[in-house]
Amino acid sequence: MIRIQARTEPSTLMKVASPLLAIVLTLIFGSILFTAIGKDPYQALHVLLIAPLADSYNIGEMFVKMGPLLLCAVGLSLCYRANMWNIGAEGQLLAGALGGSAMALYFIDSESVFALPLTLIAGILSGMLWAALPTFLKLRYNSNLILTTIMFNYIALYLLIWAVHGPLRDPDGYGFPESAIFSDATLLPTIFESSRIHLGVLFAVLSGVVGWFILSKTHLGFQIRVFGADEPAARYAGFSGKKLSWFVMLFAGALAGLAGVSETTGPIGQLVPNVSPGYGYSAIIVAYLGRLHPIGAILAAVFMAVLYMGGDLAQIEMGIPVAVVSMFQGVLLFFLLACDFFINNRLISTNQATN
Amino acid sequence: MKKHNLISRLELTNITKQYPGCLANDNINLTLMPGEIHALLGENGAGKSTLVKTIYGVVAPDKGDIIWDGKEVNIKSPSIARDLGIGMVFQHFSLFETMTVCQNIELCLSKTQLSKIGDLAQRITELSEEYGLNVDPNRYVHSLSIGERQRVEIMRCLVQSVKLLILDEPTSVLTPQEVAGLFNVLRTLSKEGCSILFISHKLHEVTEICHKATILRGGKVVDTCVPNEETPATIAKMMVGDLAEQDAGYSKKEGSVEVFNASALSLPAKHPFGTTLKNINFDLKAGEILGIAGVAGNGQDELMAIISGEDDRNVKDGLSINGMSIGHLHAGERRKLGIANVPEERLGRGAVPDMSLTENTLLTHSDGFIKNGLVQWQSIKEYTTELISKYKVKCHGEFSEAKSLSGGNLQKFIMGREIGQAPKVLICAHPTWGVDVGAALAIHQALLELRDKGAAILLISEDIDELFLLADRMAAVCDGYLSPLVKTEETNIDQIGQWMAGTFINNANQTQEVSA
Repeated sequence: MIRIQARTEPSTLMKVASPLLAIVLTLIFGSILFTAIGKDPYQALHVLLIAPLADSYNIGEMFVKMGPLLLCAVGLSLCYRANMWNIGAEGQLLAGALGGSAMALYFIDSESVFALPLTLIAGILSGMLWAALPTFLKLRYNSNLILTTIMFNYIALYLLIWAVHGPLRDPDGYGFPESAIFSDATLLPTIFESSRIHLGVLFAVLSGVVGWFILSKTHLGFQIRVFGADEPAARYAGFSGKKLSWFVMLFAGALAGLAGVSETTGPIGQLVPNVSPGYGYSAIIVAYLGRLHPIGAILAAVFMAVLYMGGDLAQIEMGIPVAVVSMFQGVLLFFLLACDFFINNRLISTNQATN
Repeated sequence: MKKHNLISRLELTNITKQYPGCLANDNINLTLMPGEIHALLGENGAGKSTLVKTIYGVVAPDKGDIIWDGKEVNIKSPSIARDLGIGMVFQHFSLFETMTVCQNIELCLSKTQLSKIGDLAQRITELSEEYGLNVDPNRYVHSLSIGERQRVEIMRCLVQSVKLLILDEPTSVLTPQEVAGLFNVLRTLSKEGCSILFISHKLHEVTEICHKATILRGGKVVDTCVPNEETPATIAKMMVGDLAEQDAGYSKKEGSVEVFNASALSLPAKHPFGTTLKNINFDLKAGEILGIAGVAGNGQDELMAIISGEDDRNVKDGLSINGMSIGHLHAGERRKLGIANVPEERLGRGAVPDMSLTENTLLTHSDGFIKNGLVQWQSIKEYTTELISKYKVKCHGEFSEAKSLSGGNLQKFIMGREIGQAPKVLICAHPTWGVDVGAALAIHQALLELRDKGAAILLISEDIDELFLLADRMAAVCDGYLSPLVKTEETNIDQIGQWMAGTFINNANQTQEVSA
């Protein structure tokens, strides 16, 4: 007989091994799935995971997708560390895209050097505003942050759709729901000539480093960690829960807003209805896969971006529906949480225990 | 104690229980005769709880036999234990507050037991008279005091015609008068042949009531004795193993200037089973220890929370330090003004379980360790190492997680951390609760040293002996009221005991009416 026993100490090995084990289990599950829908599992996994890294163009595209995932995930890592269950990165990203685009369109005929910084700042502030609203509702009226942030995601989405059909629509765009193409002065410069890797990707990596610095080097970060690990201790020590909640939420909102405006001023170059293929939601998985550690999030974001790229390629090359990617993500989170159970528990055989 | 009956009630042989990383019981042998009151003694973690849980069927031993009335038995579950006639009163009561005494007792009886008893309420009344328990079957549990609730728990065992009653630290929640009442009940039970297994930390109680004592240390039986042939001091030595230094009497001091003041502090309870604070007034002088006695749940937690600021309601001028109102400040600001505090709950409040001792130092002691918002980890590490050696905290090092420390060592660490901030006022709740004798002594001495340096200390404790030992002035809380303050030399255990039971409350109200 096998039964579950609580470990006396959390296993350090499992803390590291759990995400890797979850990935392996997800791959096994994926193979079964592909066989079931009549595709060669080896080829499918190859297209999904290896092909995105096969040539420099694909790698470039992978990094373009990693940018927004990572920006959102770093903010979320800090929120979750402080027990603020912010599910609203998607809405904050869309708000950033919308606010940033409005500013970019204001500079549509300008060549000012301030155009790009102001556009980025507008995006960041919009993201922060979108995070501030549910934070205020939670702290003032004790509303459930999970529910309000999800609702604000939809509000942001429909606000954006309204904007591209209305005030921000390109007047010369034959009625298509898109804004005008931004002026060069408001476009993020690319880092390499040959690829679409833009400054936003650099911001993302930088945000991971900044997030790590805050958590491990500053007193503020320490307070966030205490708040998340043991709220009564934080209250006993006299840390202000309100201040910390505001900080992590505004930080996450700013990064998600930056992700949004970087998408519109980077690879897209205009405001379109489908700015994000759910980056804000996938970032939740990235944050957990990265162990709520900003540096871990960098690795996890690369993996998730590969999966996004692979999904596109799998659709093009093998006719595998793109929904498979969402399912892959869901299964991955499922296995991750299941494997995390073994950080604090282990299996033992009952025969052994009685000996 | 009937001596003619030669068959033992309970005999344990070679009981062994291994938990991951700890051998809780190591070949324990114990014999209990009918009518014997047997004390089970030992420091925290000595294996007492595991052993009684084994007897009550909550824990399955890895090895060893249990012989009950001469027959070997396998006690797989508490219900089997109850069928044999084993009753247990846990330290934390398991009663439903919104039900009556009778309903609560009915809940744990099987149908056959109920039909055998017939009219349960009448049976409770009969037993209550027989043993002087004073339990009214029709009262609701939430209206009962802690002592009364304990008697309901005992009653629950009695209606099942108990042959062995296990009591886990039964006196820790009682006033001295209630303790005397409990002992009368236990003596009556013992005369009727009921065996009693009595776990306690309070050695003078053990010498007073127990016929025999078994002392555990590190999961092993290290000694047995006849308590009334010993003194609390000699038993304590058996418990800690070496010749531990004993708490002697300490000299009392008179405080100098008033540092801290609480005036007309009245606050409604935050949750339904909390205590409402009612017009609390006291002053705290530099260089004194003010002891507050009281049975748990009479407003101590609420008082502590409002003083520290963890309860963030604004009491304006209700609290002041050096004449400056602090009622509107939050907990962090009060700390900066020099109010340190040692909470009752060590792990999970006083220290973050999953963080290292270094990080736990920073939890409350940030002064001088933060530069431009950045944590100076290296200096905190060095300081933590100093704390560990100064207060003899047993651990692997400053990197040890708080949860890896034993209760006593963690308490020494927290105490050292709070004292290290050179507080003007230290609020300290139950500092030695569940702490072994050696650590308790170290904690007492640290408190006195801080007092002698001129700090004002508010000591909240349920241990009345500790209060008499340390406090320079004393008061008691009952039902959210605070008694008058009195110099320790000018009072005695009887008066404080009566105050703990609330005798001062009517007087206080009357004086108020007169003055109004």
